[in-house]
Formats: sequence, structure tokens, C-alpha cells
Amino acid sequence: MERAQREIVREPYVINNRDATWVGDRIASVIENPTPLWWYIAVSIAGGVASLAGLGIFYLILTGVGVWGENKAANWAWDITNFVFWIGIGHAGTLIAAILYLTRQKWASGINRAAEAMTVFAVMCAGIYPGVHVGRAWMAWYLAPIPNGNGIWPNFRSPLLWDVFAVSTYLSVSIMFWYVGLIPDCAAMRDRIKNKILKYLYAILCMGWRGSARQWANYEFCYLMLAGVATLLVITTCTVVSSDFSTSVVPGWHGTIFLPYFGVGAIYGGFCMLITLLVPLRELYKLRDIITLRHIDLCCRFVLLMAMLISYIYLMEFFVAYVGGNPNERFTFYSDRIFGPYGSTWLCMLIFNSFIPMLFWSKKIRRNPWAAFGIVIFPSIGMWLERFVIIVSSVHRDFLPSSWGMFYPTYVDVLTFTGTFGIFFLMYLLFIRFLPMIAIAEIRSILPAANPHNPPAVIKDGDKSGGHHV
Amino acid sequence: MSEKLPLFSPVDAGPVPKRLYAVGAEFANPKELYAAAEKVRDKGFRGWDCYTPYYIHGLDQAMGLKKSLVGLFTFAGGLAGLTGGFLLITISSVFIYPMDAQGKPYFSLPGFVPILDLLMILLSAIMSIVGMTMLCMLPRLHHPLWEWPAFHRATHDKFFIVIEANDPKFNEKSSVDLLRELGGTNLTFIGEEE
Repeated sequence: MERAQREIVREPYVINNRDATWVGDRIASVIENPTPLWWYIAVSIAGGVASLAGLGIFYLILTGVGVWGENKAANWAWDITNFVFWIGIGHAGTLIAAILYLTRQKWASGINRAAEAMTVFAVMCAGIYPGVHVGRAWMAWYLAPIPNGNGIWPNFRSPLLWDVFAVSTYLSVSIMFWYVGLIPDCAAMRDRIKNKILKYLYAILCMGWRGSARQWANYEFCYLMLAGVATLLVITTCTVVSSDFSTSVVPGWHGTIFLPYFGVGAIYGGFCMLITLLVPLRELYKLRDIITLRHIDLCCRFVLLMAMLISYIYLMEFFVAYVGGNPNERFTFYSDRIFGPYGSTWLCMLIFNSFIPMLFWSKKIRRNPWAAFGIVIFPSIGMWLERFVIIVSSVHRDFLPSSWGMFYPTYVDVLTFTGTFGIFFLMYLLFIRFLPMIAIAEIRSILPAANPHNPPAVIKDGDKSGGHHV
Repeated sequence: MSEKLPLFSPVDAGPVPKRLYAVGAEFANPKELYAAAEKVRDKGFRGWDCYTPYYIHGLDQAMGLKKSLVGLFTFAGGLAGLTGGFLLITISSVFIYPMDAQGKPYFSLPGFVPILDLLMILLSAIMSIVGMTMLCMLPRLHHPLWEWPAFHRATHDKFFIVIEANDPKFNEKSSVDLLRELGGTNLTFIGEEE
């Protein structure tokens, strides 16, 4: 009985009985304290790597898409692989911020800001590829819903145009969602920071927020509405990105399973990236009381769930290819994917995505941040391999054996892809340096003392309830 | 020529600012603020507000606020996005530049759905934020309350109730007494620039 009671008591969201003042001071100290040396080193490395993408893109625009390894058999390869990879990472951020908000998962307050920032920067990295892979990048405006010089309008029934709308809407809405979350925290920073220039910037960013109850009521309602539309948007964007593939008749692409497939894959990759970001940050900035082991544990459980869902989808794809009876599809799945020239990629994908995350069944591993950090690197790579498998191993051998071919990446492919990691981490480093990386106001509102109906937080030692809803 | 009066002054000492904006009181925690807000609401004040570092659940009811109107803006934005998108797509791909793509009809509504959906989402998100900032009376470059140094902790760890002088029930003496009775500390008159 006693054991059962102990089990249902929830761990507090913020541990060690920290109060609202401590939360604000600790999160703001990341910005207020002198910049640590590791940050300068990290920014230089990230900046250097980001410039590789600059070089790769510059050379591509000057010369043409021929500098990539694409050819007539594999029209799409690393560019779209990287695009889907990055856009997928973006989805977990919106999931945490919007869907977990709507389902009243208050623990998500500890990580939602970091996750939303991840979304914004990942979608920026993703957006590079559709922009430059069109070949003549200066004509990318043909994608906009306006007539071109010959009075020709874009085809609104094309999934590729849907994609343009989906990615640009996704980027805009995730920036808006992120920004609205930042307003009260920027006001808090405005009221406390000593640096005059930053104070001025925060004052502009928070638009003169005062934190009046009338403002909060409208603000919370707006946040709720944004969470609602963002949830809809995640699903739409997954669908649209997957219909780039599933509306074609290429074996391996033409499947109705692609919507859940891309949705699950996106959230899977995103949670892996989030753990990769959170584990070092909570150690470097001593945020272990706010981003607790429980947060890491819950993220790992999401990874585990997504690993099982994705494995189910892998099985289902093979099953449908078998019962579907289409010889081309059977060939793609049973001969080419497993035993074809890209078979090793497929095998690595399977091991990384379906087997290695099974380690998270162990609570010990889930509660060990560095173990989790080490493990999620595999599914992160695995998710990239998955997109490569879907894209390249489907198109490189389609219906006519005379037009089969192989794809090999060139150094420009490699430079550009490596560079996007530089861009992502550079943006992320700037974000943690200049903006509160944890939602201060939200964390404060989930502290037991914030509930006006509870006794003020005088919590005895050993009381693990954290004071909420006893 | 008279000396310039300060824009804030504690109620027990110092002169009252020439043009009074409000009287403010500080509270230590959400529980006290909540109880005080219920009392102020029951006295029938209208031009008053609570200032908190974070959203306190139920405080809007304790203050007697009505449900926020942001939802209407969201709905209007969604409707505008949907209609605007429908007109954009239909006019351009049925009337201005009908394009035969794989024999699909020019007006192929299922094929338009993703873009309609996305435009609806985009516009409703934009309108939610526009509505929120409008209803919050933002952006705002200056506010009389910022002249009060103690108020800068309203975004950190203190809670305030401010009763504005333009409220018909406002009275320099009785409003101050009310706030003091409710447990407010650091009672201060806040003035406005003339």
C-alpha cells in the first residue's frame, strides 16, 4: 500500500524546492554572466563549419546542380534527404510546445523554449535545400503564387507547390509561436539586465509588456490558439512533405502509409536532436533542477515509443509490398533495399532506428543523461539514413533497367550538408547566449507556490509531492 | 516656478503627484494577491489591474474578467485565409491560367485542400497575435507605472494591485485604505506626465 502510494506521487517539475526568484535568477544568469570561454570556442567552430555551407551553396549557384551527385537515375538524393531530415527535426519542437501544451503536460514547460528554437533553426536549415536545388536559384520566385513574366501561374495541384506553402508557413508560424512565448521573458530580462544595449533590445522585443492580469488573460488565450493551429500545422506539414513522394508512382514512394511514416519519423528525429542539445546544456549551465532527470526520462520514452512505431511502419511497408503483388514494388523492397547496392545503408538504418533505442526500456539508462546522449546519436544518424533509403534506393532503380544508375555524393554535397550543422549550431549558440533558453514565466507558473489555492511553499524535507494537488 | 514633483511617492510621505495616475500596492505571493483581487472586484472597481510575473490560474475569475476575445480574431483570420486562398487558387487556376495537369479538372478542390489549409493556419496565427497585441494595448513605448522603481519587480517576484485614478469609485483616501486593509505593502501614488 505504502509502496503503491509512493509510486503514484509525481516528481515535482522543478526539484530541490527552488522558488520563483531562483528560477528567474538562474535562467537569466546564462545571459547576465560573462560569456564562458567554451562558448567562444564553440561559436568559432560552428561559424567555420557554417561557412562550408556558404561555399557549397555559392559554388552550386554559380555552376549549377551538376556539382551535386544527382544524375538521371537518381534525380533526388542528398538535397531532399537533408531537407526531410532537417524539417523532421523541426517537428518535435512544435510537438512539445503545442501538443504537449494542449494536453496539459506541464513538465514540457522546462524544455519547450529550447525545443521551439530547435524547430525554427532546423526549418531554416531545411529551407535552404528547396531554395537551391531548383537549379537557377534566382528564379526560385517562380514558386510564389504570382504570375511569372509570361503570365503563367504555378500549378496549385502540385505537391511541390504545397511543399513551398507548407515550409514557409511552418517557418512563419513556428517563429511566431516562439516569439509569443518569449514576450513575458523579454520583459523580465528588460527589467533586470544591466547592459544598456540589451535592455533596449529586450524592451523592443517585449513590446512594452507589463504583466497585467488583463494582458495575461489575452496572452494565454492567444497561446492556446497558436498551440491549436500549430498542432494542425505539424500534421499538415508532415502530410505535405510526405505527399511529395506518395503522390508519385515510383515504387517505394507510392504508399498511403507515408503520412504517419513521416510524422513519426519527424518526431523521432526531433526528440533525438533535443536530447542531444539538452544534456550538455543542463550540465554546462547548471540547470539540472529545471531540466531534471525526469525530463530526460520522458524524452527517452518518446524516443522509445517512436522507435517502436517506426519499426512497425518498416514491417508494414514490407508487408504491403508483399500482399500488394506489384512486381516493381516487390523488387524495390525485397531485392533492392535489402540486397541491392545500398543494402548496408538499409541495415544500418534498421539497427540504429529499431534496435539500439530499445536500450531505453531500462530506467537506469533513461535516467542517465550521458548514456541517453550517446544512444540518441544512433537514431539521429539512422533517421538520416532512413530518408536516404526512401529517396535514393527507390529512384535509382525504377521500372526500366536500362535507366538504372547509382548515386554517389560529391564533395559539394558533403560540404553543404556538414555546413548546415554549422548553421544550426551557430544559431543555437547565439540563441542560448542572448535569449532566455527556458521559459521563465512558464516555469514559475507551474511551481507549487504559484497556485493561489495552495499553502505557500513551505515544504518539509523529504516531501516529494512538490506541494501540488495533495 | 514650482519645483517638479516626483512621478511617484509613498502614500504616507511626500507630496501627491500633480496629476495622479493610480495608487499601487505590493503583495508578497499569489495567494494574498488572489484574495485581495476578489475583494477589489467586489467593491465594484473597473479601472484596476493586477500585475504578476506569470499567469496565475483563476486570477481572471477572481478579478471578474470576461473571457478573452482573441478567439474571434483567430476565427476571423482563419476565415480570411480560407476565403482568400480559395479565391486566389480558383481565380488563377480556373479563370486566368487554366492548366491541364494530367487531365485533372481545372477546378479540383481536393487538390487545393493543402494550400487552403495552410493559408487558413497562417492567417489565423497572424490574426491571433494581432488580436492579442491589440487587446493588450501593445506595443507601448512608455507607461506611467514604469516610473515606480518597485514596479520593475512585477516581472520578477512581486505582485501588484494598481487602482487607477480614472475609476469613478477611486478616492485618494478610501482606495489607499482598502489596499492597506487587504494586506498591500509599499503603497505608492503614481503620477503621470502632464
